[in-house]
This record gives sequence, structure tokens and C-alpha cells, in this order.
Amino acid sequence: MAADLVFYFFSAITVGAALGVIVSRNQVHSVLFLILAFFNTAGLFVLLEAEFLAALLVIVYMGAVAVLFLFVVMMLNVDYEDLRKGAIQHLPMGIFVGLVLLAEFAFILSGIHVDGHQVHAQAAAQVSNTMAIGQVLYTKFLLPFEIASMILLVALIGAVVLTHRKRKGVKRQVIADQIARKREDAVELVKVAPGQGA
Amino acid sequence: MPDYLKELLVTIHGLGEGFLGITLWTLVWTVIKIVILLAPVLFMVTYITLAERKIIGFMQVRYGPNRVGFWGILQPLADAVKLLFKELLLPEKADKAIFLLAPALTLVPALVAWAVIPFSPGIVLADINIGILYILAISSMGVYGIIMAGWGSNNRFSFLGGLRSAAQMVSYEVSMGFTLIPVVLLSGSLNLTDVVNAQKGMWFAIPLLPMFVIYFISVVAETNRSPFDLPEAEAELVAGFITEYSAMSSGLFFMGEYANMILVSFMGSILFLGGWLPPVPFLSFIPGIIWLGLKASMLLFVFLWIRATFPRYRYDQLMRLGWKVFLPISLAWIFITGLGVLLFGKA
Repeated sequence: MAADLVFYFFSAITVGAALGVIVSRNQVHSVLFLILAFFNTAGLFVLLEAEFLAALLVIVYMGAVAVLFLFVVMMLNVDYEDLRKGAIQHLPMGIFVGLVLLAEFAFILSGIHVDGHQVHAQAAAQVSNTMAIGQVLYTKFLLPFEIASMILLVALIGAVVLTHRKRKGVKRQVIADQIARKREDAVELVKVAPGQGA
Repeated sequence: MPDYLKELLVTIHGLGEGFLGITLWTLVWTVIKIVILLAPVLFMVTYITLAERKIIGFMQVRYGPNRVGFWGILQPLADAVKLLFKELLLPEKADKAIFLLAPALTLVPALVAWAVIPFSPGIVLADINIGILYILAISSMGVYGIIMAGWGSNNRFSFLGGLRSAAQMVSYEVSMGFTLIPVVLLSGSLNLTDVVNAQKGMWFAIPLLPMFVIYFISVVAETNRSPFDLPEAEAELVAGFITEYSAMSSGLFFMGEYANMILVSFMGSILFLGGWLPPVPFLSFIPGIIWLGLKASMLLFVFLWIRATFPRYRYDQLMRLGWKVFLPISLAWIFITGLGVLLFGKA
């Protein structure tokens, strides 16, 4: 009973925030609504007793991804009235994507899986779910896990390569040079005879 | 816990359930527990400001506040009254909702994180399995208050200060997160009570000394304290994201900062200094909560000491330290700890 109320509370905010993402005219508000949606989804995970996933969702999506998102959106100065003008010609594509998503949700809810096993996932109640995830992640799903991490690494290096460029005339601080610098390199004590100094 | 206290608690529970029914009473009882937890935290937040001014005063051979009350003991109250009665200014072109939400979003995570801090065996509001992850998750939310303050003020200085601070917090969160992994490896649990119990033989600060040092420096940076207080660098950014805030709204930012400072000091004591465990077993007649308080106070003192000692870092130096020094060291130490656990077993 109480859990039901909490569920409806979280899901109502999630749905409301998700709506806010697409209807709000200010792009920064959109991102903030998205973050609110993430947070409430984490709440739903906690209700499912998947507290590890909830914590990861908050740490990864709210703590890192959304912050960078917010950075980019805040720094770009996009005129949204301009973007809205051409929106109508993308409508068929948008409807198509929406229908595909709807169909996918319908499949999930009706319990028809591709291999037709019709078995729902069992809750790992015996051990804490951090341990349960660790046990399958490094044994059964080791290969997909490693492949995913390699893909992320490639993306990371790709981003560095794309943005890194060598420019001439940039003054960079070289710590080693600074530390290696001695008093003799910089200051010279000159004895000047009286009346001779310039 | 003495018997008469237990009986009292049972009586209170009985009365509450009788009056309110079990569901509502659970809710009310939780609220009571939250108040009992947060009242001392807020008291500490108030008085750490006095401690800071007094300690830095003594370090600079002056008295610090000594006018309001004996030895300046009422100074924090006077400050609070002043902040409350000042005018709350709202900039004309600010994004009102975001501008007003930002201070609250800075303070709330700093208070919510206290839910999982164990003060003594069994004295913890929520003894959850993923305590360390919970702290990391909640502390990663603190950055939003600052970004929103910077952007919502609609002021270039504020915006720059907010972005700086956000970049700083995100960067140092990475190295802070990595310093916690060796602790988790050694204790084999994400639960903070288990982490403390695993330190019965030896405090983690001894095998993980470099991690403890990196943890402490990272949290100094993460709480935006001196010498990493670049967001408010008053000489260049006129106080950064706080520029447009006045009265209690800026007071909330400061409360958030101090609450975070106290929180990370308690976390440091729990993760590395054995939490409520006494340094030597025969001192265990002193209650654990006092040991934890002493250790956290010691770390807090170091916070203030650092502030009185070091000049401010430059921004590029700060980023270099976080990404090029702390990150590789803490990453390497994860592997070293892993090897150690493999060879010698857990703590």
C-alpha cells in the first residue's frame, strides 16, 4: 500500500519531468527536467530493490553525463525559434520512431520475448544485489563487459584525437622547466662603480 | 543502551502506534529520527563558523570574534539573525525559479548524505548495503546547485564561477571516488558499518596512507575550500556564483559548504581512521561516538589550518593536480591493493 503510493509518486514526477523535457522552451530547463527524470527513475529502481543500479544511475547519469550536457547547452547560444521553423518536415520520421518505441514497450509488457521463453527475471534475494551483479558480470557476461569497455575507451581516445591540435605561439607552463630554473639563471648581481651606472 | 531507556522507547512506540496506527507512526518516527540526526549537524554547521574564525584568528595572532557573548560564543547566532533580516534581492533578469532553487539544492544533498553515517555500532539512520555508493551519488548532486546558481543569476561572473566550480567538483570527484575503491576492496563491503568493523585490526589509513592523503586533498577541492576556493576567487570573479545572492540565500550556500566539510570529515574518519573504534583496545570504555567526533574534529581542524596556511591555487594547476597527479596515483593504488588482497586476503 505504502510502496504503491511511493511508486505512483516517483512515476508521476518522472512522467511529468519527461514531458517537461520536450515541451519547455528553454533548453537549460529541458536538461534540468531530464535530470529530475533520472533521479526519480533511480527512486523507481530502489523500489524494485535494485539499489546498486539506482546508485549507478545517479552517479553516472546525474553526476557525470548530465553535468557535461548542461555545460554544453549552457555555453551554446542557440536560437530556438530558428530551430522550430523546420520542425514540421521531420514529423513523419518522429512519428515512425515513436511507433517503433511503442511497439517495443508493448512487446515487453506482453511478455513476448524473442526466444519465446516467457520467463521473468528472478530477483536475486539471497545475496545483496551488488554481489549478484558482480558475480555474473565477471563470469557469464565477461566478454560483453570487456567489449563495452573497449568501445568506451575507443570513443574516449577518439574524442581526444579529434579535439587535440597543436597550435603555434601558445604559451604553456612547463613545470619541469620552472623547477629546474635556478637563481643564477634569472638574477645577476652587478657591482657598479659610483658615477658609472647608466 | 541502558534498560530504562529501552523501556522508555518501547513505551513511546506503543503510545505512537496506539494513536496513529502503524503506517503513520513509522513515518512520524522516521521524521523524529531525522530531526534527532540533523539538529546536531546544523548545530555543528553554526559553530564551525565560529571555530574557523577563532582558530584562524589565533594562527594569525589575533583574537577573532570576542564581542558577542562570552568569548564570542553567541557570534554565530548574531550572524544568523543578521542574514535572516537582510533583504532578499532578486535580480531583474535572473531565471527566478532556478535562482531560488539553487541554494536549496546545495544544502539538501549535504544534509541528506548524513542518513548513512554510522556514529556507533547500530546508531545509523539507514544502514543500507550501498552506503559508500549512496554518499558518492548524493555528493555528485551538489554540483547542480552551483551550476544552477551560476546560470540562473544571468551574470557573466556568476556563470564563469559556476562553470569553474562545476568542472572542479566533477574532476576531483573522480579521484575521490577512486580513493574509496581500495577501502571497498580491503573491507569487501559497501556498507559503512562493515567498513568500520573491518578496521578492527588496523585502520585503513596505515596500509592506504597515500589514498588517505589524496582523499583529503580531493575533498578539500570538492568542498571548494581554500586553497582550492577558485569559484569564489573574489579578486577575479567577485565571489563567483554567489555574486547575486543576498541574505539567507547566500547563507544557505555557506551552510551547504560547511555541512559538506563536516560530512567529508566524518566520512574520512569512518573510511580511513577506524570510525568509532578507539586507537588502542583498552580505551574502549569511552563511547564510540566520542572517538568518531574527535577524529572528525581533527580533520576539520586540518581544513581550517590549511586555509590559514596556503595561498590559492591557480586554475590550471588545480586541474593538473587532479587529472595528472591524483588520478594516475589512485588508479595505480587500486591495482596494488587488489594484488595485496589477492596475496594476503582481506582485512
